[in-house]
Amino acid sequence: MYEFNVLLVDDEREFLETLVKRLLKRKIKVTGANNGEEALKIIRETPPDVVVLDVKMQGMDGIQTLREIKKLKPLVEVIMLTGHANLEVAVEGMEMGAFDYLMKPTGVDELLYKLEDAFKRKKIQEQKIKRLEEEETPERG
Amino acid sequence: MKRQIYANLQRKIIFITLLVSFIPLISLSVIIYYQFTQVFRNKIEEQIEYRARVQSNAIELFLKERTAILLAMADTYTFDYLAEKNKLERIFQIMNHRVGGFIDLGLIDSTGRQIAYVGPYNLISLNYYSQPWFREVESKGVYISDVFLGYRQVPHFIIALQRQENNRRWILRATIDSDVFESLVRAAQVGKTGDAFIINKEGSYQTLLRFGGEILSKSHLDPTLFGEGTTVLEKADKDGKKILYAARWLKKNSWLLVISQDASEEMTKLFKTKRIEIVIVALGCLMIILTTYFTTHLTIRRLETADREVNELNAQLVHSDKLAALGKMAAGVAHEINNPLAVIAEKTGWMEDLLTEEDFQKSQHFAEYKKSLGKIEEHVERARKVIHGMLGFARRMEPHLEDVDINEVLTQTMSFLESYARTNNIVIEKELETDLPIIASDRAQLQQVFLNLLTNAVDAIGKDGNVHLTSRRIDSEIAISVRDNGPGIPKEYQSRVFEPFFTTKQSGKGTGLGLSVTYTLVSSMGGTIDLDSEEGKGTTFTVRLPVVVPEKK
Repeated sequence: MYEFNVLLVDDEREFLETLVKRLLKRKIKVTGANNGEEALKIIRETPPDVVVLDVKMQGMDGIQTLREIKKLKPLVEVIMLTGHANLEVAVEGMEMGAFDYLMKPTGVDELLYKLEDAFKRKKIQEQKIKRLEEEETPERG
Repeated sequence: MKRQIYANLQRKIIFITLLVSFIPLISLSVIIYYQFTQVFRNKIEEQIEYRARVQSNAIELFLKERTAILLAMADTYTFDYLAEKNKLERIFQIMNHRVGGFIDLGLIDSTGRQIAYVGPYNLISLNYYSQPWFREVESKGVYISDVFLGYRQVPHFIIALQRQENNRRWILRATIDSDVFESLVRAAQVGKTGDAFIINKEGSYQTLLRFGGEILSKSHLDPTLFGEGTTVLEKADKDGKKILYAARWLKKNSWLLVISQDASEEMTKLFKTKRIEIVIVALGCLMIILTTYFTTHLTIRRLETADREVNELNAQLVHSDKLAALGKMAAGVAHEINNPLAVIAEKTGWMEDLLTEEDFQKSQHFAEYKKSLGKIEEHVERARKVIHGMLGFARRMEPHLEDVDINEVLTQTMSFLESYARTNNIVIEKELETDLPIIASDRAQLQQVFLNLLTNAVDAIGKDGNVHLTSRRIDSEIAISVRDNGPGIPKEYQSRVFEPFFTTKQSGKGTGLGLSVTYTLVSSMGGTIDLDSEEGKGTTFTVRLPVVVPEKK
């Protein structure tokens, strides 16, 4: 099991709190954010590895938040949470670089698997970038 | 009620059509008949007038000739010459030889005594001084008498003329042969009942009538009714029969030649024409009535059918409106329920997480708690399925158009179900038209539609049976049919199967959304779906999709 940071964004406070508690119990470092703005603030200060983002939120909605996240930290993986199999939003999210999407209500185990997958991808991406940087450095030097 | 309206409409149309056809037809035929009668009548009157004129001329000529020959004899010979019986007889013979029509000839002196006489009667030495005609001859010189009896007591008329010879006056007198004269008059008779006769100023008959009527008896005609020239008039006789008369004065307005004709006899031809006309008009009316009835009947039936079709269309529109409204409502409800449901799911999960801790496991109700939480999760999952179905139904996405090969989509969709069908001993047969056009449509939505229909068919059969899948092109549409030999859908349910949440499956086994989603998807692609089902035989769902040719890229 890798150690990684998760940010959970949902405007349904009860849902958010419970899911945070459940993930904490599973030894995941997780923070909750109630809306898009709060989430962006946290990402700027302490960037997480994976963000779980509700599509339908009051104020700044999921897609907007996703766009901002990808601007700030392109390597942060995002899992979309949708109320139903909304293909349009899902496709739009994926096009903008979301890792995957899950339908609400979702089982915690399913969420865990997705989180791990997302984190693995992030690791791979980071390693790739690292390698590229290493290859470039000696040439310059 | 509806029938009543159509029946009233039909009656009105028939009434108006008949009115506007009959009024001109009948008035036209009446006017034509009236005009024709007038013309015919004028013609008859002209004819009878012409006959009267010609015949009166003939009679005048007859009298003029006789008068002329008598005048010639009187001018040629002297009293003494004529007084000799054999000479007078010879002259009488010449006169009859030349012009004819004389019965006798007599020479009378100024005292009125008949000096010489040739003829069948014994009239010699009789004195005519007191006879009315004698005075007339003395005053006028030449005189043609009316018919009178005279000494011979036989109706006759005479031509007499007076001559002056050396202070001596004498009179030459001839009697006209009644037979010859009457046959001349009678020449103007026509038809079976027509007559021609002469009456004098007092109205007494001067010639015999065709059917009875004594000479010198009084006629029922009033001579003063007839004026100058030729007069035509119609008068009823004593039996009330209408008789047409044409009359003309002759012999210096002392005789009236009358030609009579039975008006009805002449009109017989006209009555025949009238009968023919009535028959034609009646047939025409009959034809109009029949044609009007049948065409109106046909029109009304057409109207009825058109109305019914419009009503059916309206009912369909109302139905799809209803479905759309239900869809919107379902979407709203689903969204509102989904969030609390998610919270319930998470809370349940959290409780389960807590149950893994030791102190809980020691509790005597641990098993009960765990079971209850499991049940809650199970039912949350059930509710979730319903809500996702509802949201799918409510989804109003614009179809994403791509090039779609219907047969390929069908084959692929079928493969999802093949293993399930095989284990339940259900055979899926396909009969796909090979050269279907590639159409522009939404592949994912089509797949969902076919999957729903095939799943329904397989579910309907349960075990042991077959599903028949066909695709074919019909004009500008592609028709895809899914036929199963399951139990069929009862008639009372057939109109409701496309409504959301309508299901005949056991509670918990189906959401009742499959067919309504299918309906919505097919409608959004511009297609139609209908079903044909018979209880005990099976059900066929047919989807018709418009052939939309993909744009060339």
